Amino acid sequence: MVGDTADRSEIEAAIRGQRADYVEVRLDETATNRIVYRGRELEEIGRTRSFGGNVRALLRGGWGFVSFNEPSELRKRVEEAVEAAGHVGKETSQFAEVAPVGDTVPLELKNDPRTVPLAVKKKMLDRYNETILSVDGVTSTNITYSDAHKRVLFASSEGSYIEQERIDVVSRLSATARKNGDMQQASMSLGALNDFSYVETLGETARHLGERAVELLAAPYVEAGTYPVVLDPILAGVFCHEAFGHLSESDFVYENERMKEIMVLGRQFGQPHLNIVDGAAVPGLRGSFRYDDEGVPAQKTDLIRDGILVGRLHSRETAGKMGERVTGNARALDYRFPPIVRMTNTYIERGEMSFNDLIADIDEGVYARNWFGGTTSMEMFTFSAGEAYMIRNGKVAELLRPVKLTGNLFTTLMNIDALGNDMDFNQGGGCGKAGQMPLPVSNGSPHIRIRDVVVGER
Amino acid sequence: MGALTSAYATWWWVSVDCRNRVGTGTHEQGGVLTDPEPILQAAQRLGAQRAEAFIVQSEETPVRFEANRLKEINARQTSGVALRVIVNGRIGFASSTKPGDVSELVEAALETAPFGPEAHLDFPRDGPAADVDVYDPDVEVLPVDEMIEVGQSLIDAVRAVEPELLCDAYVRRGDSTVTIANTNGGMFTYRGTGYSAWLNGTLIRGTDMLFVGDGDASCRAQLDLKAVEASVVSQLENSRRTTEARTAELPVVFTPLGIASALIGPLTIAFSGRMVHQGQSPLVGCLGKAMYDARLSLWDDATLPYRPGSRPFDDEGVGSRRNPLIEKGIVRSFLYDLQTAGLAKAESTGSAERSMAAQPSISTTSLVIDEGEMSFKEMVGRVKEGLVVEELMGAGQGNVMGGDFSGNVLLGYKIEGGEITGRVKDTMVAGNVHEALKRLVAIGSESRWVGGSVRTPPLFFESLTVSAK
Repeated sequence: MVGDTADRSEIEAAIRGQRADYVEVRLDETATNRIVYRGRELEEIGRTRSFGGNVRALLRGGWGFVSFNEPSELRKRVEEAVEAAGHVGKETSQFAEVAPVGDTVPLELKNDPRTVPLAVKKKMLDRYNETILSVDGVTSTNITYSDAHKRVLFASSEGSYIEQERIDVVSRLSATARKNGDMQQASMSLGALNDFSYVETLGETARHLGERAVELLAAPYVEAGTYPVVLDPILAGVFCHEAFGHLSESDFVYENERMKEIMVLGRQFGQPHLNIVDGAAVPGLRGSFRYDDEGVPAQKTDLIRDGILVGRLHSRETAGKMGERVTGNARALDYRFPPIVRMTNTYIERGEMSFNDLIADIDEGVYARNWFGGTTSMEMFTFSAGEAYMIRNGKVAELLRPVKLTGNLFTTLMNIDALGNDMDFNQGGGCGKAGQMPLPVSNGSPHIRIRDVVVGER
Repeated sequence: MGALTSAYATWWWVSVDCRNRVGTGTHEQGGVLTDPEPILQAAQRLGAQRAEAFIVQSEETPVRFEANRLKEINARQTSGVALRVIVNGRIGFASSTKPGDVSELVEAALETAPFGPEAHLDFPRDGPAADVDVYDPDVEVLPVDEMIEVGQSLIDAVRAVEPELLCDAYVRRGDSTVTIANTNGGMFTYRGTGYSAWLNGTLIRGTDMLFVGDGDASCRAQLDLKAVEASVVSQLENSRRTTEARTAELPVVFTPLGIASALIGPLTIAFSGRMVHQGQSPLVGCLGKAMYDARLSLWDDATLPYRPGSRPFDDEGVGSRRNPLIEKGIVRSFLYDLQTAGLAKAESTGSAERSMAAQPSISTTSLVIDEGEMSFKEMVGRVKEGLVVEELMGAGQGNVMGGDFSGNVLLGYKIEGGEITGRVKDTMVAGNVHEALKRLVAIGSESRWVGGSVRTPPLFFESLTVSAK
């Protein structure tokens, strides 16, 4: 039971009989362990616990949202939210119908981080930190590890009552090398849902990061310009998320007539080999769950099929307003925020080409791997590679300093001209939108090749 | 900071540090988690030699507009406590937002202490705090209807100039009380208010998307809405035409919005005492040395009245001050919290900032770049071919620690023959902030606040790498 103070009958009584079109209550409780190193020093180790809740009310198309850490007087909070909604609402609520759900979803644990003593976790991270520092030329490190066990209770005025749990295991390792005032960094972000296992085997990764940071000191900057680019599955995943994923979120579209014209179903966005899917129903990934934060069952949604836009991601409100089916993509970072349309696990489906064939025809290009980050404004986006090499005469050549790539939705997706026959998922990091960050999602792809990408030198 | 669009979404690695500190505290919770005394006593009783409680209570009311009309009214109440304990010379840490959680909080902190970092700090005793105004009772009583009116009038004003603009807007008021208490007898508490408004506009023509936006923030119930309007209108006017940039080394003028979006992050991280101590700052060994253009001065100042970054003392109870970072091009000081100061044999500069999620870290408060001599108009007039940058997208993602910045020009204009000739797109600008600030043509004569925490004039760079299709 989330929050020992919350009682089912009390919650149901509080939301029943309100003068609103819809009311929901969400309570969540998260226990987090966190360990951070910087250089030789352990910077912090701590346990945090957050507990809080919110009420969201819809009336005549207007929303009221109240969040709190103090759960008592729930009925008063509900009334407050209903009153706020009434102050806003001047239209008719359009909220897609879904069947109410009563369910308790148990943890599907693989390797439970809660059973690993803090001393053992620390010893493991000590070793990775030492491994990075033992590489000649490395001057510092930064390691962050956290595991967060979250339990969420959702109840709605339509009769839904759902309890769900998850554990996010997230880490980031980073090595810094420094020489004559020049500094270079190599890093890697990893994550898993309900599974500690990957944390046990990061020794090799740690050593590679240290070595690459040192190598980067001697590496050149790319000559800025336009190149054919090959992305590894991890960076291609971030590319797919930034370049297209966010634009498929209907809250960017549903109130915007011009955007509706741009994102009209049936429009061609890519070559016929391009297929992009999002879905929390794909099991075992960081964006996976059983029900979204409006109690809608998780699904799998085709976004692009054979290069054509065929679907988009919805909350109940955006689906209702656009007259489309719900997709189970309404998600909230935690109790402080209302659910908004978000991605879950977003990926480009695999193609048929081997890596060697992907690069064989490239006389001068860039092979970019891994990520530092990515950002989109819908039409234009950037994403930065954690690792990059020149491709010369069909072969991977010299290491480059980190590069930034930029693209335009309407040309870059169309310029994906080959898809690899491999597949991998990026589960590190998190997604940020409307101040809600980092939301656990994953993204994946095979290796992909894109023509004419603008590459910046840093 | 300074994102021009609400349609702005990122991929990033920030793991758990979700700072949540805007807003206030009038909700009493039976003193269970909001009174530091029982927490400190329990910590000492259960084995801590020293302890410190950090308590935040806040209330925030944001109203949100979507697609030109009011969409949502929110009310956020938050309260939480973070506890640091020192046991046998090591620091343990725990936090909770769960009422009635005192014993679990204390036990969790004590449990982590044996594995924690060695303590190189002592908690401050009671002392005089700086006299800094951060509270305005008028904010508390601002009617929601007035906030709605502010948002709607901003939207109406810019749409009068460009009727097709689709606007989102936020107007927020908040009130928060911060309390820090420690077993050395230190007890520090203050109450602060915040009021802010932000407008984002999107203009779509065919597949071309233009994002404009600006806002203002203060601790007082007074915002300069006319300036916000004027800024957005000028962005619209400079973007009437779209033109093309070319790949070259070109002179670039960064506006205050552009500076906040791209340069402040990579510049200020180098002044973190933690980064310097760990050899992760390019300014290691540069204290007292002339590293930048001799006209450049940069301050971190938590004592400015009614600025959202201001406070009488930092989140460890150390009194606020005005820290010179760069004086006439010379590196003057780095920023420290207590633990880092102890490690580096330095003194805390009152730069500790914290959330419920983590131990204190070093942060800037309000950053101020001193004004120079040249007007923005004159800067543009001097450029034969170059760019004006209002916002670089994705600039903070790369080798930021080394000072690199690089981003897509989300909003920026081309200068040809001394005049702005239109907006550029699909263009990147890149450089290294420490290098670029050595080669300034001029510092602007007109300063403004961006996002409440950076005050800067425009900066005119001799040459940066521009790449375009």
